[in-house]
This record gives sequence, structure tokens and C-alpha cells, in this order.
Amino acid sequence: MIELTINGTRHRLDGDPAEPLLYILRNELGLHAAKFGCGLGQCGSCTVLVDGKAVQSCITPLAALAGRAVTTVEGLGTAAAPGVVQQAFIDEQAAQCGYCIPGMIARAEALLRADSRPTEASMRSAMRPSLCRCGTHMRILRAVRRAAMAMGGGIVDPTEPAS
Amino acid sequence: MSGIARRDLLRGGGLVVLFALAGSSVGQEGGTTGGGEGAGAPPEVAPGLPGSLAEFPHLDAWIRIAPDGAATVFTGKAELGQGIGTALLQIAADELDLSLECVSLVTADTGRTPNEGITSGSQSLQNSGTAIAHAAANVRYLLAERAAWRFGVAVETLSTANGVVLASDGRRATYGELAASLSLHVEARPQVVRKRIGVRHHIGRDRPRRDIPPKLTGAAAYAHDMTMPGMLHARVIRGPADGTLLTAPDFDAIARLPGVERLVRTGDFAAMLGPREWPLVQAMLTVGRMPWKRSGAPLPGGDLRDAIRALPAEPDVILERNAAAPVAVRHITARYDRPYLMHGAIGPSCAVALWQDGMMTVWTHSQGVYPLRAALAELLDLPLERVRCIHREGAGCYGHNGADDVAADAALAARAVPGRAVKLMWTREQEHGWEPLGPAMVAELSAGLDADGQIAEWTHAVWSNTHSTRPSRAGDLLAGLEVGRGFAPSPPRAIPQPNGGGDRNAIPLYTLPRVTITSLFVPQMPVRVSALRGLGAHMNVFAIESMIDELAAAAGSDPVAFRLRHLSDPRAIAVIRTLADRFGWARQPSERWRGQGLGFARYKNSGAYCAVAIDLRIEPETGATTVLRAEAAVDAGETVSPNGLRNQIEGGIVQSLSWTAHEEVRFDAARRTAFDWSSYPMIRFDAVPYRMAVHVIDRPSLPFLGAGEASQGPAAAAFANAVTRAIGQRLRSMPLSAERIRRAIAAD
Ligand code: FES
Ligand code: FES
Repeated sequence: MIELTINGTRHRLDGDPAEPLLYILRNELGLHAAKFGCGLGQCGSCTVLVDGKAVQSCITPLAALAGRAVTTVEGLGTAAAPGVVQQAFIDEQAAQCGYCIPGMIARAEALLRADSRPTEASMRSAMRPSLCRCGTHMRILRAVRRAAMAMGGGIVDPTEPAS
Repeated sequence: MSGIARRDLLRGGGLVVLFALAGSSVGQEGGTTGGGEGAGAPPEVAPGLPGSLAEFPHLDAWIRIAPDGAATVFTGKAELGQGIGTALLQIAADELDLSLECVSLVTADTGRTPNEGITSGSQSLQNSGTAIAHAAANVRYLLAERAAWRFGVAVETLSTANGVVLASDGRRATYGELAASLSLHVEARPQVVRKRIGVRHHIGRDRPRRDIPPKLTGAAAYAHDMTMPGMLHARVIRGPADGTLLTAPDFDAIARLPGVERLVRTGDFAAMLGPREWPLVQAMLTVGRMPWKRSGAPLPGGDLRDAIRALPAEPDVILERNAAAPVAVRHITARYDRPYLMHGAIGPSCAVALWQDGMMTVWTHSQGVYPLRAALAELLDLPLERVRCIHREGAGCYGHNGADDVAADAALAARAVPGRAVKLMWTREQEHGWEPLGPAMVAELSAGLDADGQIAEWTHAVWSNTHSTRPSRAGDLLAGLEVGRGFAPSPPRAIPQPNGGGDRNAIPLYTLPRVTITSLFVPQMPVRVSALRGLGAHMNVFAIESMIDELAAAAGSDPVAFRLRHLSDPRAIAVIRTLADRFGWARQPSERWRGQGLGFARYKNSGAYCAVAIDLRIEPETGATTVLRAEAAVDAGETVSPNGLRNQIEGGIVQSLSWTAHEEVRFDAARRTAFDWSSYPMIRFDAVPYRMAVHVIDRPSLPFLGAGEASQGPAAAAFANAVTRAIGQRLRSMPLSAERIRRAIAAD
């Protein structure tokens, strides 16, 4: 039996403690934002927040989450009332297929919670674990810059203005 | 504008559009259903009609109006993340004169939508967009005719606004009530004209994509997210990669693994099913340890590009011209090549299938639901009407990846469990191991300059396998070859010009007096390959635009001036000039280890015009490249969604940089050795450009031109040309990786 909080709700989960969080989210709790991409910790499409930090849920077993607080992209806002980072991604139309984007949003959220005034280089290195096949990178970076400003911060040395 | 003059006027703030018919038919291109890939597209039955209306002339195939006046638009094309869903709605809403909120879209579904073949070749706006525009204009006209009859007035005296037909005396009728009293099962009339440019509300304006907010907040947007009551998860069991086979899989052992409820076997095809996904993921680790052998023909040794160059080829001279020109005094000959590339979708291929009451329904992210249906029907030995394929989005696929194969896997698995839906997803390792690759290619060019530095002669020969093995028969699907029923793959074919496959974009747009272009189709495939975004255009434009720079350098000419001197198409010239201006081509910094380059092409020589310029810096010790800036100019004819167009071009540039500088599928003696993102790396955030801008040249009075693949070739060439300027040497073999650049510098 493992107790943890997911999007503010306490859950008691029994079952295989080795089962990665991703499968619980998607299959047991109907939370589809985090995606399966590789199951190997290489692509970031499964990224969620654990105690505010970006974590790849495909390689994070339940056993490691006892007593922790998980936030998925569903916990950041809804289509009708998006969170700050989600809104920035919508404003920048920062998606093509969109498959990677929930992971990007979770990663950006973690970055900006830790530091709402990152440098361009630290923003890029924070986003580096996440892959996007559609080449949406430029828009994703614009969205992160925009979100940083909306949070009262900003990128210290932006290479591109937030549009 | 042909025909009777149209009177459009604005009155009291509300839009009033009067009706008239044109004297002759409209100017869009006739219908073709894809970029020349795939088979089984329907015949044209109404060749006078524009876009896909030529194949499906009836209005109700495209548009239906509900009693409340809301319109449903049907397209045989699929949303692949290119934003087509919203763009088609913009077109329909404008031509119908409805608000965007009153229009909804049904995409590729063999049970509901027109058969528009494959969503590929940047054809969706050209075919489906054109059809929907004209169908919508026809529907609006029919509704107005109905109202005219009812009011006893001439149709020319009526106007429409927001779903209502208005008479000049104030009488009005809603679309809903009018539609209820007429049939839309009538053929479109070619003489019905679209709305005048100045009175369109949505076309050419940015409208937020409808699919984005749900995707960003966790809605079940993809095939991967589907759940159905009683659904089983499934994994397919096969060797580690294309061309391999498990030697003696211990199926009894697999069947006993925890969580495996059912093992489905037909011939060599095998899949395991279970109520929960995680136990299956673990069971696949057991499968991954099972012995395997190469079952396909032995792989040629060495670099497979050289094997493609050496295999028997069928030469086809696609252009030969011998105009009078001064004799060439200076020649350059060079070979350019690219390795096998992966589609590399971020989500592995996935499908959901349900076998119920003698009907197989498959939810798939295939780009061609109709041809897939035909292949599945043969595989399952069912009549066509007992198979329905419904498109559900997947992760961006950029061509023919595992989507169709996994649909067959899911269908075979589902057949064993009637009444229960089965979701079958490939593992990451299977996606890397089994997806059909983008073909390796070789191009050999030679060109001669006359005494004035003009190109006098040009030859281009390009060697390639087919660029489409998209399924139309059971043997085109992986599972089809495993079930032991003697299915064989369709023979590989070259996609003919003008679309071209390996020779796509092999014919330059430049003025070349003496020219021979030869497509060398190599039927024998050492590796299973198929369509990857842009097909041969990536390689051919890379080669042509590299050679143009080599010639410009030999002529002592600026690359932009040299290109302009050899172009006559005003739109090509405008794209290059616009880019050169905005990029500041004339004012480039001259620094050691820094270079700028430009590449240009008109996609397929019939689609969008696109030029890309890149400014980069190279770290000489490591060969690492920093792209400081990438800019593009694009002319896609009438622009439906400027921001959507920029999104496609930006994405294409980044993806092309990844292909061109970072990616290569490698092989050992038995199989490909790329199984994940560490053995097949793609571009990451640290390597994407610092800055990017896309300049759209809108041509509102001209036909839509496909742009989804327009930047792949120009971006590759711009990168190569910039690297050359930075290091003073030309690299002609992709990937132009840090390692290759470092070695070139070291050898200098
Ligand atoms: S799915 Fe978790 S990192 Fe790829
Ligand atoms: S938007 Fe398609 S993978 Fe990122």
C-alpha cells in the first residue's frame, strides 16, 4: 500500500510497487496528459511534477513516491481555465501534433517554479531531456519565455523576443 | 475574375454578399488525392470540378447542414498535427458564411468521409481545401436559390450573413430551415464562384487551432489515449528488427507469464493480451531475451548508401534539354548522399481494434484509412464493407511509419476476442526496429560554367529505392507476411513525375540550357523503406543547392545574385529577394568559423516556394555547430492560416536540421542497430537555432499550394552552405555531424 497525493487528492494504491507511475496515471486514474514515448527515460513525454520537480514518470516506480505530491498537467488547469504555462503554450500555438507538449509543459512548470528568471542557456538545458519530433522547439521556447514573464519573471538574456 | 461581374457591397456594418455565377469554371487545380504515394485512389468522375470534388462531386459528401443551421464538414484527410482541421473549418465557415463555432469537422473515416487517399505530399489544402471551398460556396448558393424561390425574388437580390439568407425587403430564412427542404445530394456546379477575397473573415487570418487546448490539458486526444469498456491491452511478439525472426519462441512460457490473459497466434504472428498494461511491458522483457536470427536477405556490407549506388537500377531520363548555349569552360562534379533516416515518432505506433458482430473497426493513426482498409480486408478475409478504419491522431509521423502495421497487429489480436476492444502499442524498441525507414540516397551532379560564369550545362543522376511501400494489400503489412497465408508485398514502384519519389525535386527551377536529369530507380530493397516527409526532395534540393553554391563560388559570384541570375519565375525571385532583404544577406558579419548559407526550392516544382537562410558558428576543436539564426520566406499561394504556415515551416527547418546534421540509421551484419533515442539521437533544445523567423508572402488571389514539406530541402542546403562558408570546405555526405566537421577541419 502506497499513499501519495495526485493533483491534490490523496490516493492509496496497492499493487506492484515496481509499477511506474505513468501506467497508473494513464490506465488506472484516466489522466492522459503524460504520454508514453520510450519507457526508458530518454524522451520526456511522460514528464510530471513530483514535489515540484520534473520527473520522468515512465521510470519512476510507485515505491519511490510514498508520501509525495504528484502534479500532472491536468492539475495545472483545464481547457476552459488553463494554467499560466498552458496559456502561454496556447498563446504561442506551441504545438504541432502536440504529443510531446504535456511533458514540455510539466518541465517548463518545474523550471519556472524553481527560477522564474532563468538564463536562455539554463532554460534550454532544463528543457533538453524532452524530445519533439515535429520541431516545435522554437515555439516551445517562446512559450516558456512568455510564461516566465506572466509569472512576474522573464528570461534574463532572451535570444528571441516573446511574441 | 472571369464571368459576370460580381457585386459585393458592405452595408450597415453587416456583410452583404450578392450572388452571381461565373461564366467559366474556377482556376484551382484538378483533383489528385495525394503526393503520388499509395494506390487505390478513386477515379475522377467529374474532371471539370476543382480539388477532390473531381472524385466526389456530390455536395453532401463534404457538407451537411443540421436543422439548427450548424454545418458538418467531411474531409478524407487526417489531422496529423499540421493544423489542417482548423484550416479546413476556416475555409468552410468563410464560404458558407457561418461563424466558426457553427462548423465542425469529421476527418478520415472509411464509414463517413470521402476517400481522399493518403494525407501526404502537402496535398491537403490543395485537394481537400479546394473541394471544401467550392462545395461550401455551392451549398451557400443552393440555400440562397431555395430562399429566392420561397420569397419569389431573384437569387441575385439576396445576401447571406451568419447562417441566414436575407432579402432586401427584410424577409429572412435560416440555413437550417432551408436545408431541411432541399437535398444536398447534388453535384457541385463548377460555375459557382467563391466569395470575393475582401469579404472573407477567416481565410488568411490566424484562428487558434481548435485541437490545442484539449491536447494541452489532458484530453484523450490520441489513439494512445483511447479506452473502452472491457478493453484489453496487447503487445506484438516478433524479432528485434526488420529482417529478423525469433528462432524458437517459447510461447508456453510467455502464456504463463503473469498478466498474460491470452496469446494469439496465426502462423508466425503472435500477440499477447491482458487486462493491464504493466505486466505486458514486463513480459516483453522476456520476449526481448529470446534468441533470434536474420531471416531477410543478408545485408550488404559497408555503408548501405554505396550498396544502393551499386545495385541494379532502372534509369529514366526525366528531363533532357539541349538548347544552344556557350561552351562550358569550367566543370564541377560531385556526389552527395544521405543515410537511412527514421520517422522517429515520439509516441510508438498504436491502434485500437474491435471485432464485433462480424465487423472489424480499427482506430488508427494511419495516413491512409481507405488503402489500409483494403489491406486489412484482405488480411482478415473480410469484404471491404466489414472493415471500418477511423483516423485517430497519433504522434507526428511524417510519413509511413509503423501506423499501418500496428493497425494490422491490433486487428489480428482483436479477432481472437470478439466483443472486446484491443489496444496494441509497439514498444519503443519495436518502433525503432521495425518502422519502414526513409530511404538512403545518392545523387551525382555535374555542371559546367561558361566564360561569363553562367551555367551552360547540368546533369543530375539520383539513385534510390522506392519512396512508398504504403499498404494497399495484406502483403504490405508486417503481419501479412507473418500469418503464413502466402501474402507477398506489392512490387516496389517508382512514383512517376511530376510528383516523383527518389527524383522528387530533382529538376531544378533554374535556367539551364543543356540539362539531363536521370532518375535511377533501384527496385531491390536491402532495408524496408517508405515515405518520409518530402520523399526525395530533401536529398535532391540538398544536392542542387549545394552545387549552385559551388558554382557561384567558382564563378566568383554571390550565391544570392547567382541564383537570381538563373531564375525567371517571378515568385521564386520574390521569395529569394524577400529572404535576402529580411535576413540582411548583404550585411553579413565576416568572422572566422562563422558562415551563412541559403537554400531554395519550389516543393515538387508545383507546391510552395520556400527559401531558407542560416547563420551559424562552428567550434573548430569539436566541430559543434551553433545555429545563430534561421529565417525563411515562403509563398504558399493563398494563405489560409499564416501562423499555421509559419508553424509548418519552422518545424520543417528544425526537423531538417536534425536529419541533416544529427541522424543516421546504422547497421551491423544482421540488423539496424538503432533501438532507442541514445542509439539514434535527434536534435535537442541545446542544438536548435537561437532565433528563427518565417516571412509569409500571401497571394490571396492564387490557388493554395502545399507547404507542409516545403522547408526540408532548403533548410538542409542552407545548413550545408553555411557550414562550407564557415570552414572553407564542402561536406556532401549527410549527416553533417560535429564529428564529420571536426575531421574536415583537422584534415585541412
Ligand atoms: S516515456 Fe518517459 S522518458 Fe520517454
Ligand atoms: S509537437 Fe509533435 S512531438 Fe512535439
